[in-house]
Amino acid sequence: MSDLTAMTLKGALGGLESKSFSAVELAQAHVDAIAAANPRLNAFVLETPEKALEMAKASDARRASGEAGPLEGISLGVKDLFCTEGVQATAGSNILKGFIPPYESTVTANLWHDGAVMLGKLNMDEFAMGSSNETSAFGPVTNPWKGAGSNQALTPGGSSGGSAAAVAADLCLGATATDTGGSIRQPASFTGTVGIKPTYGRCSRWGVVAFASSLDQAGPIAKTVEDSAILLRSMSGHDPKDSTSLDVDVPDFVSFVGKSVKGLRIGIPDEYRIDGMPEEIARLWDQGVEWLKAAGCEIKRVSLPHTKYALPAYYIVAPAEASSNLARYDGMRYGLRAEGGSLTEVYENTRAEGFGDEVKRRILIGAYVLSAGYYDAYYLKAQKVRRKIADDFDAVFQEVDALLTPTAPSAAFALGDRNADPIAMYLNDVFTVTVNLAGLPGISVPAGLDAGGLPLGLQLIGRALDEGTLFSLAGAVEDAAAFRAKPARWW
Amino acid sequence: MAIDVETVRKVARLARIAEPEARLAGLAQELSTIVAWIEQLGEVDTDGVEPMTSCVAAKLPLRDDVVSDGGKRDDILENAPRSDKGFFVVPKVVE
Repeated sequence: MSDLTAMTLKGALGGLESKSFSAVELAQAHVDAIAAANPRLNAFVLETPEKALEMAKASDARRASGEAGPLEGISLGVKDLFCTEGVQATAGSNILKGFIPPYESTVTANLWHDGAVMLGKLNMDEFAMGSSNETSAFGPVTNPWKGAGSNQALTPGGSSGGSAAAVAADLCLGATATDTGGSIRQPASFTGTVGIKPTYGRCSRWGVVAFASSLDQAGPIAKTVEDSAILLRSMSGHDPKDSTSLDVDVPDFVSFVGKSVKGLRIGIPDEYRIDGMPEEIARLWDQGVEWLKAAGCEIKRVSLPHTKYALPAYYIVAPAEASSNLARYDGMRYGLRAEGGSLTEVYENTRAEGFGDEVKRRILIGAYVLSAGYYDAYYLKAQKVRRKIADDFDAVFQEVDALLTPTAPSAAFALGDRNADPIAMYLNDVFTVTVNLAGLPGISVPAGLDAGGLPLGLQLIGRALDEGTLFSLAGAVEDAAAFRAKPARWW
Repeated sequence: MAIDVETVRKVARLARIAEPEARLAGLAQELSTIVAWIEQLGEVDTDGVEPMTSCVAAKLPLRDDVVSDGGKRDDILENAPRSDKGFFVVPKVVE
């Protein structure tokens, strides 16, 4: 029954509808695949096979009684940043090991309401702070992809590395993920999968462990553009429990996939052609331009002059918000509590023991830029630069309907390669972070393989709430690229 | 601006993270490198620019001031490192 896991989500929905197999059979195939693969890939931090089979059984019963939802019987993985009622949620951190949420995040509740089945919780960088999955308290995920003729273990990217690896290795039909600076799109690019970060406010943040609240946004990682559209529709929607959740209609995203893109104006931002960009990525980008031209799009060179300031602004705003959000981990109400002679010592020891090095680094930076005397020079300045970055996008979206860029400045790199230098690691997000600062939607689509046989993605960026256009364009790129490669199975 | 050991000690204290003395010099070096990198923002002319605090333009919504949830004491205490008779148990605060 191993071919059940090779299907797309859309294909599996068809098979369930036509009774070719049951949700229980589908869940069992994935449970078996995870059990076999996880010792080597480390994509799941918690497998929930009993829960999966129980949910699948209930799903089969609903389908039999004619009450099938839009995701009825579909086996999914959930990033460990989402609170799942009665099932451990750790955000990849020692400080939350053993934390069993007594409530369900809105996004996952929406998925279960639509009939989906949970296979388990997916590995991630600690508190979503990282681009290689190496900051996880559970150890890194290994990318299912390997370079041609190489046995080197590669990163799946981060922070949603478990989500991306699980989808690429056919351990689930799709997965939830989150993106604060690129954490959906960069891992999608590194694993040959599709990942969309929707407009800020499209998906509720309620029940998602907070990193940087003005930037955090949930979205899916999936095998195809159409699958990502199906998942995003279920994940989205207004939620009164998140004050920044947008009270707007959720379009039928799937209806945009396959729609003609003729006449759409596509901007190619000059500033994304950075020094030191690998030749292959520049070539793939040019190829993407040709594909969209052939599909009838009008291509325009545009300028986003403040692009180079996006990462430094992000590394003020995100740590500042993180230092505030993570103040809640004090060892009093949940999570780890260390010993200490006084209350302050208990706080200090708990946080020293519970947080990893990268999380500590970011909390310290955040506390520094918010501290008396530095607030205006750093935090306020970054918020003003953020406005200029958002204004750049507003200006180009007067002239074009979407932008085409590479997703990441490299293909997947070796585990251990870049963790000595924090800034080198931060540069992974150079093409993705602008979108978070401006609150816009961005999607990564696999577009080709590099000379070493590793996947590379292209990113499309759209206007706020215009995910529909992105799905049409991403579908056009997907068709033209005809990307069918899968990682050769070694796990 | 370079961050010195004294500043790291102060910030770690503000952040309530115990940092052993031996780590302070290394951290000062790391944080200085990162801060030097973010200081390139000084090149951007931001005179008269309104700081951006949110991507959501709309005014934050207000809801009716009524109890809509609650009565979950036992659920909440379930994850407490220590609890007793319906309370969180914390280290002694007042001598």
